[in-house]
Amino acid sequence: MVGRVGRRRAVASLNTAAAEAGVRLGQAVAHATAMVPGLVLQDLDPAGDAAALDRLALWAQRLYSPVVAADAPDGLVIDATGAAHLCGGEEKMLIDIRARLEKVGLQSQVAIADTWGAAHALARYARRAIFVAEPGVIGRHVSGLPVSALRLPISTVEALGRLGFDTIGELEATSKGPLAHRVGYAPVRRLDQAFGRHAEPIEPVMAPETLTARRAFAEPIGAPETMARYVTQLVAELCAGLEAVSLGARRLDAYFVRVDNRTETARIAMAAPSRDAKRLARLLCEKLETVDPGFGVEKIILAAPGAESLVFKQTESLGDAEGSADLSGLVDTLTNRLGAGHVYRLASAESDLPERSVRAAPALETVEDFSWPLDWPRPARLFARPEPVETVALLPDAPPAAFTWRGVRRRVRCADGPERVFGEWWKADAELARSRDYYQVEDDAGERFWLYRDGDGEDPATGSQRWFIAGIFA
Amino acid sequence: MSLHRSPAALDALRRQVRLIELADCATGRVLPFGVAGIDDRLPGQGLAMGALHEVAGGAEGALHGAAAASFAAGILARADGPVLWCLRQRDLFAPALAQAGLPPKRVIFAEAGDEAAILGAMEEGLKYRGLAGVVGEVAKLSMTASRRLQLAAEKSGQMAIAIRRWRRIADAADLGQPTAAATRWRVSALPSSPLPTAGVGRPRWLLELLRCRAGEAFDIEIEACDAKGHLRLPAAMADRSASPQPGQERAAA
Repeated sequence: MVGRVGRRRAVASLNTAAAEAGVRLGQAVAHATAMVPGLVLQDLDPAGDAAALDRLALWAQRLYSPVVAADAPDGLVIDATGAAHLCGGEEKMLIDIRARLEKVGLQSQVAIADTWGAAHALARYARRAIFVAEPGVIGRHVSGLPVSALRLPISTVEALGRLGFDTIGELEATSKGPLAHRVGYAPVRRLDQAFGRHAEPIEPVMAPETLTARRAFAEPIGAPETMARYVTQLVAELCAGLEAVSLGARRLDAYFVRVDNRTETARIAMAAPSRDAKRLARLLCEKLETVDPGFGVEKIILAAPGAESLVFKQTESLGDAEGSADLSGLVDTLTNRLGAGHVYRLASAESDLPERSVRAAPALETVEDFSWPLDWPRPARLFARPEPVETVALLPDAPPAAFTWRGVRRRVRCADGPERVFGEWWKADAELARSRDYYQVEDDAGERFWLYRDGDGEDPATGSQRWFIAGIFA
Repeated sequence: MSLHRSPAALDALRRQVRLIELADCATGRVLPFGVAGIDDRLPGQGLAMGALHEVAGGAEGALHGAAAASFAAGILARADGPVLWCLRQRDLFAPALAQAGLPPKRVIFAEAGDEAAILGAMEEGLKYRGLAGVVGEVAKLSMTASRRLQLAAEKSGQMAIAIRRWRRIADAADLGQPTAAATRWRVSALPSSPLPTAGVGRPRWLLELLRCRAGEAFDIEIEACDAKGHLRLPAAMADRSASPQPGQERAAA
């Protein structure tokens, strides 16, 4: 498998035969092909690999434990707490996992340990196909392993190597404060996670206590209308279940188990907890077009993970309610269609710099009016990145007499300003002395622009004294 | 051809057609501008609520649409309820909307990746009762797309405003293509109202109504929206009020 490291094509993964022929991970492709004639190259497909890993996680979840997650790029992490006994013990469970993977042609190394970090390291570096670590003595097992077992970026591992740290044990023995100073906080955090001093929750594919509604079909279904009908029924069922316990769903996961044992999923998210069956069914049915039923779906499971409390509320029955309308339905529809973070409000942020003075807030958050005085005109369009302009202007504080922007020269007919904005020294040291002078200028045609000079026009410490265009007025 | 000169029979027919049109709409409500020069020349003495309106910028405004956005904000500022604003680029500056009368608590933004998604989001917003209106910034507006928006607006009685904004000046000729919109406006920046001292006065626009269903096209010079979204006819220099404006105070500073 060939991947890219920077601009270089390099070996990203290899099989046993290639390793025996002398190919190494991270080697340049040209080098490897010269060394081993007839080397079969294939491009790395990270998205495909991640998808396959997710499918594997869903499979493992069905067989072993409800809390399973993909441990990218090449592993699975299973929370076996209270689940191993179902396979007859921890070792038997590992043997079973390995045997099942072998059956479908996957070579695997499995390990079980007290923490995710330790299990990750042992599975990859213990040189044993199956490793069961005794509980309570993580240090004894992992101290001999190389620091690269700690799930650190390659650059950090190299930096640690330069400092003389080869094994986890050496790293653990040193004092953490200076270490964090030298190479960053990541190795310390990973160490703490591996030794169980720092909790590391596994985001499960589905939580065990999730409210679900499921239906199995004697005959697999595949027609979109049929799927939509059953999904609607399941949503109604689930909503009845939610109502019984006064909960509302923030997320709905629909799992479609296909006859070829793959599971397709559809997920919707709500801005506010809801158990309105009609609305949820409509949102979910919109997502159905992304579900490939393959040769047919034999089981649909609908889950509401992380349901939140939602108590009964008196609804208005006479006329329209005064005040704000309930927008959560619209926000949910748009969010599920456009993606999270694409439906928002703009709220004021505590900053004098125009680019920083507005922040995106969640769509259902009540935002306050702008706190700054609105008697200074503000442009309708503000460039995310101010563009430099060529100007003719008197120093120190006169507005430009003419400026050239995007190749067009404009004579300034009248101008207003300056409005001085000072750098925010509490954000960055470099801004300590900086200032900007903003001017509203109008050209002969009547177009109004917002220009600023980087600096106060006198002191070079305040900025480059160059002019920029910040926005366009209505 | 003006109404008062046409035969009485034709007049009666016009009224009938108007009634039939109104019967389909959720409401025949209109939103007056409060400026006699505009309202008198619009059918129903104002901008129809349950309808699609197109707004474009003139000259370079076709690219940045600053005046068009401000004009749209000023219209919806005078209506009641929240506003859904669908856009592709996040370059709209919220304080300017607040200065046109549309405070941040009344606007929800939906950012879409392509034009089709913007039109879809607008239609979704129009279906959803309880909004004052929906604004979308689009370049292309086909007959089919505009008819869908117009029908959705008619059904719910909420105003739809399509801000036409192109990437190149040459594309702005697209504004001549027919759409199902009830009105089509072009807003161009004019030199601002003169002040007795140096400085920039209240912005002025050339407001052109290029197309109007059951109405006549016209153009008018107007002063831009104030903090409540109201337009104003420019005062003649002779009877200018002497009240100080924000621009003057700054100019003197």
